[in-house]
Amino acid sequence: MTQTVTGAVTAAIRELVDDSDLRMIGLTIGGVYLIATVLAVAAGYDVGGIVNTLRAITVFAAGYGMLVLALNLHWGYTGLFNIGVAGFMAIGTYVTAILSAPPELSPGAGLGLPIPIAVLGGMLAAAIAGVLTALPALKMRADYLAIVTVALSEIIRLSIKSQTLASVEVGGLTLGTGGGRGISYPAPSDAATWLIELIPGGTLLYPAGATFGIARPVVSGLVYMLILVAFTAAFYWLLVQIGQSPFGRVLKAIREDELVASALGKDTRIFKLKVFAVGCALMGLGGYLWLGRSGFVNDLSFRPDITFFVFVALIIGGAGSNTGSVLGGIIFSGVLFYLPQFISQNFVRGARAPDTFVEALSGDLTGYLVANISALRFVAIGVLLVWLMQRRPEGILGHRMEAAAAIDLRGGRPGGHEDD
Amino acid sequence: MGVASRVGHLRRRVPALSGEVLVTLLIIGLVGDILRRLLVGIIGGPYLASVVIEGVTIGLAYGLAGIGLSMTYSILSFANFAHGDTMTIGAMSGWSVAYLIGGIGTATLGELVLLDANPGLSITASFGVVIVGVIAAGVLTAGLTVLVDRLVYRPMRRADGIPLLIASIGVALAFRYLAAFFYGTDVMGITQPSGKLALLRVDGTTGIGVLTANQGGSELMTAGEVAGFIALGSTAAPTGTILSVTLHSVVLIVVASVLMLAVHLLLQRTKMGKAMRAMADNKPLAQVTGIPTERVIRLTWIIGGALAGIAGFLIVLKSGTVSFNFGWRILLFIFAAVILGGIGSVYGAIAGGLVIGIVDSVAIIWLPSGLTKVAAFAVLILVLIVRPEGIFRGVTTA
Repeated sequence: MTQTVTGAVTAAIRELVDDSDLRMIGLTIGGVYLIATVLAVAAGYDVGGIVNTLRAITVFAAGYGMLVLALNLHWGYTGLFNIGVAGFMAIGTYVTAILSAPPELSPGAGLGLPIPIAVLGGMLAAAIAGVLTALPALKMRADYLAIVTVALSEIIRLSIKSQTLASVEVGGLTLGTGGGRGISYPAPSDAATWLIELIPGGTLLYPAGATFGIARPVVSGLVYMLILVAFTAAFYWLLVQIGQSPFGRVLKAIREDELVASALGKDTRIFKLKVFAVGCALMGLGGYLWLGRSGFVNDLSFRPDITFFVFVALIIGGAGSNTGSVLGGIIFSGVLFYLPQFISQNFVRGARAPDTFVEALSGDLTGYLVANISALRFVAIGVLLVWLMQRRPEGILGHRMEAAAAIDLRGGRPGGHEDD
Repeated sequence: MGVASRVGHLRRRVPALSGEVLVTLLIIGLVGDILRRLLVGIIGGPYLASVVIEGVTIGLAYGLAGIGLSMTYSILSFANFAHGDTMTIGAMSGWSVAYLIGGIGTATLGELVLLDANPGLSITASFGVVIVGVIAAGVLTAGLTVLVDRLVYRPMRRADGIPLLIASIGVALAFRYLAAFFYGTDVMGITQPSGKLALLRVDGTTGIGVLTANQGGSELMTAGEVAGFIALGSTAAPTGTILSVTLHSVVLIVVASVLMLAVHLLLQRTKMGKAMRAMADNKPLAQVTGIPTERVIRLTWIIGGALAGIAGFLIVLKSGTVSFNFGWRILLFIFAAVILGGIGSVYGAIAGGLVIGIVDSVAIIWLPSGLTKVAAFAVLILVLIVRPEGIFRGVTTA
């Protein structure tokens, strides 16, 4: 019974999106927007507030989108179980921060290089870290690689946090991570104000926003949101290009059967090194643009939890599918992560929610549930992850039939399921 | 075997060998440096001893928790990322029971169960309650892991290691945030300070005795003030504590050692233990031989879960505090211990736990305090690169 219902729903959705990836993404984010708008209206937000909520969701989704896509290159395309995402993000973000921070800015004085150069430096550093990780890990079993990468990301985070590297003299220059206090640097989000002033007539956006009750910082925030979305689209484009190239085909061959790939004369080690370098560089860039957007970070942003969240998003969307990666990013960050928090922040009735579960049992249980929804959402995410692994390990869009030939030989036939 | 293939064989062995040689040299160098520091007087003997005892204590806890992780890793073939959070659940539920029994009448039942009240438990004040708590932690966690196996892992018996690993990440998230949901996200103080077992000088005599929580070494006047004082010899040095270890640590050491011995006897002397070892060695062969695999798996979860819960309970007893994510935070250390000892080896897990505990503790001699964990993780990565089969190569669950 439920199967026929879900089947009908799936069929209806499939007809609606017509297997168009862009439409699928558009409908998903549109659905999230709709729910968020309804909730925001119910919470009594004005237009500015609603726009700001949607902006926050989009920034979140774009950030996750970038990281999930980068991880998709490792896990989805090549089958490399990298759970050190946080560490590579941290390297990219911190190196960019140190390179771009003006020397007089404290804590954690830097080199004051131009931002594009600093960003390239950060990506290069993350890529090098990726290669250094991959070198010994090439022949490792998948579960060992997982443990090595997560241990490495903790080593990176603890090193950043340690007082030893907070401030180091190198050849007369003072550099450093700022230790536990974090590091300040020119904010990536300042690019938005710069862009608004650069484009002729761009400053007109501010009064235009004001007529709708949208505050000035929200306007520039919206522009930065568009920059992030553009980067996510660029990540997507790059991954599609890689996936369709001969290089990408070798990656998928490694994922399916490394022995066969090497028997065909491909040096799989070189391919793995390259894919680690590219993926980690993207993680570094994504970390800087998203987690580091305000111009300040500390080690707390790079705990292993974020790695697992990115991973969950990829698994929801479907490892191996770029569209799935973006969908997973939107669904995880919007529906599972942001909206529950939004509900608990806006719908808790003041201090009347009970403090403990036992008090709640004899009183306002609903109030307690809503107030603690931020913990419950992770329980739900955990249960969802288990359910996915049991029932649908390929996620929403994973393992879609891929044409091995350059010409699509499937013709007009309806795409069937390909189980391996 | 032809010469050419023998040369090829040697060449393949060389990189691995040189890595192991380098690591051995590194260890010799570090131990030598400790001796040099001792001789020159940069560090004192009692200081080094206290650091090592601390490492051994926490290492035994890691080893105890590692036994379960190692067993599930070898018998079910997956890295269980929920093991740390299983410890958290075990510790919290065990302490809830201890609070209920030890603090009944001092606060409402709700406050006691949620560890909000403070009935002032410590091993000296309430020995029986703590022991009941240990047992409760073991029983409750064993039940929980069997339930989770039934719901989560059993439907996936045929899956590879990676889907199981990912499912265990889901279990870990659910456990951790259920703990946060019920107990809150604050760090909670659990125990009162306990007495200390101390090596001390008092009144011209060196000896071993038990100090209470607020007895300081230098204020003691006579040996009679020290409970259970055993004189070892006379000394001219002034009164003071040379070396001390809290009674909570002593309980951890004793309980962990007893349980490790019990696991050893179980695996070596009972038929079920033999079946478990057979399954870890070769699953299809074990099945063909008629070993009841599902029963073996259930027993694996029971033992592994109980040991994880007890280890969590004991770590909280030692540290005196608990938070919803403490198990998650030490999971990597336990993985390090298990991999160091060789996955599937129970003795390896114990030895690995001791090594990781001692490295984390002794590294303070060379590294600033923020970076000692880095040393422990570096050992983990080094072992995976140089000798991925662990220090006890080829030994599984024996």
